[in-house]
Amino acid sequence: MANETEYKPIEKVSIIVSRGSLEGVYPGLIMANGARMEGIEAQLFFTFFGLEAIIDKRMDHLKVATVGNPAMHMPTIIGMLPGMSALATRMMKKEMEKLDIPPVREFITLIHDSGCEIYACKATVDMFHLKKEDFCPEVDGILTVGEFYEKSAGAQIIFT
Amino acid sequence: MPTATLAGKTIELDADGHLANLADWTEEIARELAKEAGIEELTEDHWKVIRFMRKVYEEEGDAPSIRRLTKESGVDTKTLYKLFPKGPAKKAAKIAGLPKPKGCI
Repeated sequence: MANETEYKPIEKVSIIVSRGSLEGVYPGLIMANGARMEGIEAQLFFTFFGLEAIIDKRMDHLKVATVGNPAMHMPTIIGMLPGMSALATRMMKKEMEKLDIPPVREFITLIHDSGCEIYACKATVDMFHLKKEDFCPEVDGILTVGEFYEKSAGAQIIFT
Repeated sequence: MPTATLAGKTIELDADGHLANLADWTEEIARELAKEAGIEELTEDHWKVIRFMRKVYEEEGDAPSIRRLTKESGVDTKTLYKLFPKGPAKKAAKIAGLPKPKGCI
């Protein structure tokens, strides 16, 4: 593993969350929290269905997608049965709790308290006719894509 | 095994530069490790976190997650990051004489 090149440690990350299923939201949250734990500056940008994770009324009810996901090892016809998504969600939440991974709302608070800024995407907010009041209090603002790039100066951008 | 001279003694370190043996740790060593990490003085809140981490490690074999620190150490998330600015879980574990935490949270 000896390497001639000395790489500079990562100092800042800008993480985009674009999906609204439970398994779509968590990777970005875990990476943002992990960055802050390492002393890396971090910001989270929620776009399209990713907004579900910061909409006050929705964030406690995210579900695992059981259809259209071959890695679930579940035939589509079974995945579409009523209650399957709820069951998969319950199972995943139980496993996550064992690993001390908090529910979405608690995780967002933890991440925000750790100094990570949280933003919603303006284009999606307009498209879904949302207002600042629809979001949880941790949301620092609504940004255009241009403002997002400005805020991401010097950061590694991670799309999830 | 790498070693370091801390509080006048030669101490064994692990591959990550953390203390290799839990029993080598003293409060004086903690103060020196804190200085190396850029923390000039350990306040009562720092000690609260350090003692909590050692207790959890002794009982469970791994340092607590940031979530547990926040919930159970008596110091909230914001304070935790102020106390250990360059990464609370890892920095506090090092100062507490524990190995690098294994969890992701």
